[in-house]
Amino acid sequence: MSVFLLLIQSAFAERFMPYQGTAIAAEIDYLYSFLLIVSLIAFVILIGGMLYFALKYRRKADNEPTPRITHNTALEFLWSGIPFIIFMIAFAWGLIIHKKMVDFPDKAFEVHVTGYRWAWDFQYKSGKKITNELYVPAGEPVKLIMTSKDVIHSFFIPAFRVKQDVVPGRYTALWFEAKTPGVYQVFCTEYCGTNHSRMLAKLHVLPKKKFEKWLSDNPYKGLSLAQRGEKILKGSCAACHGLSNARKIGPGFQGLWGKERVLEDGTTVVADAEYIRNSILYPQKQIVKSYNQVKMNSYQGQLSEDELTYIIEYFKNEKGN
Amino acid sequence: MAHDSQVSYLKYGNQTGLWSWLTTLDHKKIGIMYFISIFIFFFIGGMFALLMRLELLHPEPLFSADQYNQMMTYHGAIMTFMVIIPGVPAFLGNFLLPLMIGAKDVAFPRVNLMSWYCLMIGAAISFATIFFGGVDTGWTFYTPYSLETSGNTIMMVLGAFVMGFSSILTGVNFIVTIHRLRAPGMGFFQMPLMVWALYSTAIIQVVATPVLAITLLLLALEKVFGVGIFDPKLGGDPVLFQHYFWFYSHPAVYIMILPSMGIISELITTFSRKIIFGYRAIVYSTFGIASVSFFVWGHHMFVSGQSYWTGWIFSLLTMLVGVPTAIKAFNWVATMYRGSISFKAPMLFAFGYLFLFSIGGITGIYLAVIPIDVHFHDTYFVVAHFHYVMVGGTLLALTGGLYYWFPKMFGKICSELGSQISFFLIFVGFNVTFFPQFVLGHMGMPRRYHTYLPEFETLNIISTVGSWMIASGFFVTLGVVIYALLKGPKSGDNPWGGTTLEWKTSSPPPHENFETIPTVTGGPYEYGS
Amino acid sequence: MSMAVDHLNGEALHHFPDAHTEFEASKLGIWLFLCTEILMFGGLFVAYFIFHGLYPEAFVEGAKYTDWKLGAANTVVLLFSSLTIALAVHFLQKDNIKAAAVNLAITFGCAALFMLIKGIEYSHKIHEGLLPGRWFSHAKEAQELPTYFAIYFTTTGIHGLHVLIGMALIIWVFIRTIRGGFNSRYYTAVEGVALYWHLVDLVWIFLFPLLYLV
Repeated sequence: MSVFLLLIQSAFAERFMPYQGTAIAAEIDYLYSFLLIVSLIAFVILIGGMLYFALKYRRKADNEPTPRITHNTALEFLWSGIPFIIFMIAFAWGLIIHKKMVDFPDKAFEVHVTGYRWAWDFQYKSGKKITNELYVPAGEPVKLIMTSKDVIHSFFIPAFRVKQDVVPGRYTALWFEAKTPGVYQVFCTEYCGTNHSRMLAKLHVLPKKKFEKWLSDNPYKGLSLAQRGEKILKGSCAACHGLSNARKIGPGFQGLWGKERVLEDGTTVVADAEYIRNSILYPQKQIVKSYNQVKMNSYQGQLSEDELTYIIEYFKNEKGN
Repeated sequence: MAHDSQVSYLKYGNQTGLWSWLTTLDHKKIGIMYFISIFIFFFIGGMFALLMRLELLHPEPLFSADQYNQMMTYHGAIMTFMVIIPGVPAFLGNFLLPLMIGAKDVAFPRVNLMSWYCLMIGAAISFATIFFGGVDTGWTFYTPYSLETSGNTIMMVLGAFVMGFSSILTGVNFIVTIHRLRAPGMGFFQMPLMVWALYSTAIIQVVATPVLAITLLLLALEKVFGVGIFDPKLGGDPVLFQHYFWFYSHPAVYIMILPSMGIISELITTFSRKIIFGYRAIVYSTFGIASVSFFVWGHHMFVSGQSYWTGWIFSLLTMLVGVPTAIKAFNWVATMYRGSISFKAPMLFAFGYLFLFSIGGITGIYLAVIPIDVHFHDTYFVVAHFHYVMVGGTLLALTGGLYYWFPKMFGKICSELGSQISFFLIFVGFNVTFFPQFVLGHMGMPRRYHTYLPEFETLNIISTVGSWMIASGFFVTLGVVIYALLKGPKSGDNPWGGTTLEWKTSSPPPHENFETIPTVTGGPYEYGS
Repeated sequence: MSMAVDHLNGEALHHFPDAHTEFEASKLGIWLFLCTEILMFGGLFVAYFIFHGLYPEAFVEGAKYTDWKLGAANTVVLLFSSLTIALAVHFLQKDNIKAAAVNLAITFGCAALFMLIKGIEYSHKIHEGLLPGRWFSHAKEAQELPTYFAIYFTTTGIHGLHVLIGMALIIWVFIRTIRGGFNSRYYTAVEGVALYWHLVDLVWIFLFPLLYLV
């Protein structure tokens, strides 16, 4: 028994699992180690038994007589009872950890998360908003309150062993308490269409002081209007549009200002401030030819009037250069 | 000219033309028709799998994301609805069930033929979607994505709906056949375990498939008319769809796996020349699995936002499925104890099955533990897990069963060397393909990803290489089968020394299966001691 | 299969040992088929209860727009038709072909009447814009009322489809009956259609209070 516990303690599962970013992640890995070892033993007994019998009793002559062994009640109770007990241990152990995962701490730092095809928006109580980059303080419980604008997504941080579906029309939540500062990967794990595999985000865990400084920082400080626009385009729009000419999901942005756009119905329109504004707020109104298969979401309510101005300034400026 | 009751069913009434097949009411011919169609579907579905693995060879895209998503959808839909669900029951079950219980045919031969046509029509509709816009929802059709995507989801759903009828009709037919047409003297506990497996599968088919039908119908109504049942914008509940879908699709997993357990019971007894160990325990665990299977669907939704209590009930019930599964595995191994074990190809498949299915089953237990599932849910760990069950389990058993009953079907025997080569290619290739996916799942690589982070590349390369090995293994199988059909040596009536009733008639059997209906006096596996 | 089987004289299809086994097998098959029907409607009822739980007011509100008198009339019509089809089977067992045919005809008439009343109800609702989901255009401001009508139209619609299928089946056994296709030795098809019809009736008996009287 003690050998067994020692085996678990040597952090068996850590070899396979990602970095343990939270205390709960370590607990989950511990339970997982237990399961891995127990099942390895069961597997060796079962498959080892099979191979041993297969070799020992391999057919040596045709018409070998075989004994008539129909059953053995004691044995059968043994191999239903032992797995049952192990399953119940795993179940109860899992339940204890799960309880900790769903019991939200009272004073958690809250961040609102909105998933949409194909990016994540993070909004702080201070009013700060940022796309695809989540900043949180280390050593403090953080609660994410999540919803989706379109289809179901799922928010997954492997290092923290947390995952939660993000469902349109309702709120779901998860929490974690990051142990160490660093950068962690976030995935979308519920299939959501074309760019599902690119719906990634980075989680930045900062030391408390640094985080507070980050939170009070104006992201646009010291930037010109056009630079601010570029920052927005590189964040919110990058999943579908490139700043170069290349076609991604949607058209590329290079040299857009003042260009003639040929629309689906054959008419043309000049890309001016009004056009850019409309394309962001009412994307279904004027669709550029050959892009009618793509359904862009409206950014109404997500971008402020100021931010729209920054974007328009970016295009003007880009043309000027 | 031999008397009608002795002529092989393949030459019955001197009718061998295509039309005689397409209008046949003989369960054996219908079984063979299923065999051919399912084999073709399998190669199409496999082609999509190979293309997916090719895309995933490197993170740099080869196909567009939309193309990949369609391949992923077609691979899943074809393999589940057209290959694994009808695979064992409709093909082997159709051929064997009446033979194994000493009947002349299934209870409703016309319904049986209709069921084949349902599968064909449904499959034709599903394949036609490729030319009418394609489908990119994944085989699960999750709302609201399936409502918003521009693909031709409605047509695919219609295809699955029609194929569902095939499944229901086969299930009804089998239950009635087993209840009413057993040979004199054959009580329920004298039935071969394959028949028990088919019986419990048929019950699940009858009980679960109608729920799929109504789910798909509601989805189609939502998509066409926007009635507002699943669409959150219209006041509907998108998660309700998941409940509906898994209420069918989890039992469907057991439609896929239970019959394969029946095959393994037959193979192990025959090739150990020994009575099965714990016959009743196996029967009861079959029914244990079948009945619990209806109450575990929520384990697909641990991270969907269900309540703590819902989660733990589903977790507990899922654990309970593990117990009867463990009982079966241990009983099979115990059957080999002091047996006379032959290493013929079908038995190799049974060994391979035990190896792979154990891994699939054990990883299933991990996924039933909620905190562990939270990490693994929708990652490659799950992909590896269900492939270990569906391919390592069902497909391996099906291929082993094919080699085993091939002499029964055609009176010819498959090349032993060829069969063994196919086994080793499939078995090794399978592990090379899917074991790395377990590791990828640990690392957190999500499933249904068209492209991935660079750190996942090495394991993905190994996995793709493995997929080529599996493919070559199945091509060898195809070659072995075709060669045996054309030039295979005659097998004799009972080449393996089986004791169940299907071996008590000639191979291939006559039109009405038995010259005289046998009378059963003992259990199915009475090997001389 | 060109083998002629004379069911009326108690012969069975070739793969059945005797006619009794064949009858029992057919009946079991029909029962199993009815099980699948019950489970399918079960799925619909689950949707009903889930949305009823989510939006209880919408269901109270929605039920006010249904005409319980028409619903009750339809209930009576269907219950009566269940009786007549049971009588049709009874008369076949007694070899009274004519009475059986008359009862089948009455059953068909009831089914048609049911569909007529249903049609009147539907046209009212369509006229008033009381429709599911995005088709809802009634003046009444109610966020969740369309969901009630989504349930109303899917359940009654699928039930109505079953009535139509039932009508086709009744015509089929009616024609076979007047052509002398059934007698006391062989009436499996009529028995099957009757069982199916009872189920259609039963489903309505649940739908009526749930949709009209909540």
